[in-house]
Amino acid sequence: MKIAVLIKQTPDTAELPKVSADEVRTGDVKAAMVINPWDEFAAEEAVRLDERFGAETVAITLGGPEATDALKHALAMGVAGAKRIDDSQLPDGDIWLTATLLAAAVQAEGEVDLVLTGKQSVDENSGSVHVGVAQKLGYPLLTNVVEIQEVEGGQVRAVRLVDGARETVQVPLPAVISVGKEINEPRYPSFMGIRKASRAQIPTLTPEELGVAVPDSHVRWDRIRKPEERKTQVQIFDGATVEEKAAKLVDALLAEKVI
Amino acid sequence: MSLLVWIEQAQGSAVPSCWEVLGQGRKLADALKTPLVALVMGEETEATAAAAAQYGADTVLTLTSPLLARYRLTAYAAGLRQAIQEADATVILTSATQNGRELCAAVACELDAGLAPDVVDLRVEEGQLVATRSIYSNNILVDVTFTTPRQFASVRPRSFPMPEAADAASAEIRELPLSLDEEQIPEKILEVAQTDGGEISLTDARIIVSGGRGVAADPARGFQLVAELAQVLGGAVGASRAAVDAGYIPYKHQVGQTGKTVRPDLYIAAGISGAIQHLAGMGGSKIIVAINKDPDAPIFSRAHYGIVGDLFEVLPALTAEFKKRLGQQK
Ligand SMILES: Cc1cc2nc3c(=O)[nH]c(=O)nc-3n(C[C@H](O)[C@H](O)[C@H](O)COP(=O)(O)OP(=O)(O)OC[C@H]3O[C@@H](n4cnc5c(N)ncnc54)[C@H](O)[C@@H]3O)c2cc1C
Repeated sequence: MKIAVLIKQTPDTAELPKVSADEVRTGDVKAAMVINPWDEFAAEEAVRLDERFGAETVAITLGGPEATDALKHALAMGVAGAKRIDDSQLPDGDIWLTATLLAAAVQAEGEVDLVLTGKQSVDENSGSVHVGVAQKLGYPLLTNVVEIQEVEGGQVRAVRLVDGARETVQVPLPAVISVGKEINEPRYPSFMGIRKASRAQIPTLTPEELGVAVPDSHVRWDRIRKPEERKTQVQIFDGATVEEKAAKLVDALLAEKVI
Repeated sequence: MSLLVWIEQAQGSAVPSCWEVLGQGRKLADALKTPLVALVMGEETEATAAAAAQYGADTVLTLTSPLLARYRLTAYAAGLRQAIQEADATVILTSATQNGRELCAAVACELDAGLAPDVVDLRVEEGQLVATRSIYSNNILVDVTFTTPRQFASVRPRSFPMPEAADAASAEIRELPLSLDEEQIPEKILEVAQTDGGEISLTDARIIVSGGRGVAADPARGFQLVAELAQVLGGAVGASRAAVDAGYIPYKHQVGQTGKTVRPDLYIAAGISGAIQHLAGMGGSKIIVAINKDPDAPIFSRAHYGIVGDLFEVLPALTAEFKKRLGQQK
């Protein structure tokens, strides 16, 4: 079995508020960068599937040279190989271009059975790239998977979390699966893993090498800006008793007509 | 040409946030001088189709089939494509629910069309559709315009007000035959375990009462008090990640960056410090109320109203007070 894990390098979530509109505009985000937290679950699941069923695993990212660090994190967790698609010559991130390139890189791996990924990225949070990858590859897609039960006989059986229910679904392989956080607990990379990853040579692919012609962008981004600061002055209700405080708050909320 | 809105059904009835999208769709369609089409798919479609007419659709297209009993991407994407073709739709909108986001993206990709996922605003400027996205955990806004003739957007729940339903409506309701059979659908649903019966979904809730690690002294009672207040207000129960990680309450209640993004009219945070990852999920709430022992908790700098105190005392007092007042009103 062969598994490709799609990962992205994103700002550390605690750094997101510091990211400026200018940095987003130029694509030069200065925040401390990490592997997208959602993708860590996918990397972990790839390693676990390898442990359960035996699998060849490869992590793939689209990004600049610095994104190699996110791949090394996946390697240190136990993913066997890594590839980076270089995005430095590309126009601003277009979801379908990203999906096309990732799909092409998956195809370049040969016979991949499963493509695993997180449910969205914490920066652009479109939650759409893996949908596009499945479309471009023509593979069935299962999103928000919280348990992969069985991979056998050319089928994968998995549990999806949907609003109000847990669904057990089966699809033929090859398939694309996005995972939810309940699926596992990502491991900390081991010392040995980190040492091995730090020495790894990570091949770089270009869009030309993948045979992808860069199309015109499907959308334009304008007026990248910070949201207006909400100048809320909190009103704290005092009172001799808790009942008195509660009554004042209820008065205020009824006056706001939100109830 | 037309503007098409998918009205998602869950457990046989319409997902409320789809009406918000249809309501805004009405305004956009008028500005674009194009008809407003609603699409309803499912095993049964009649009641939702009638409601779509009342909420302002000019035409309602339905696809009714046992194959559509539960959402499956392949089947629903085929249905949406059929409807787009039938209505010659150029603008296609869904609510950005889990399924809505996915379906919108899949069909946009298939038709090689521009997509604006999870938008918080949608308007027409100089005859052009403009969508605003809120990214980087709501720390950056960006206006998206389209360079493709077909334009897709999924709209974050609670971005637009709930429209008024008309008493009588005169939309044309038209059934389309689903041109797909079971063999062509790779997803086979083997089992469905219902997880919450009749709970209000966090994403649709207009009122949310959330609990955090502040309940630690007695987690079971703490969340019971949270739930009692939520119930009196007809709201949903939320939680911080610390509360979820500690096992006080299941993950589906988690609000925040790695939980759900919510936009209620009223968000009451009890025993929640207000870490940025939590604010990322609820910062868009209209009115925020904080209940916290610590007057310096960061949540107070984002809240509109606050009570400094022990949630084990404040929550029961609030519940009692609301019972009294709401009882009087009704
Ligand atoms: C990658 C990443 C993603 C994350 N995603 C999320 C997310 O989606 N959602 C989320 O919520 N967090 C998330 N977090 C965690 C976040 O950083 C905080 O740790 C978490 O929100 C804290 O939860 P809390 O406020 O309930 O707990 P605490 O920070 O422990 O705060 C508890 C509060 O309760 C108050 N308190 C204690 N006892 C009482 C009492 N009896 N009455 C009243 N008040 C009391 C205290 O004063 C304190 O302010 C994430 C973190 C990371 C690193």
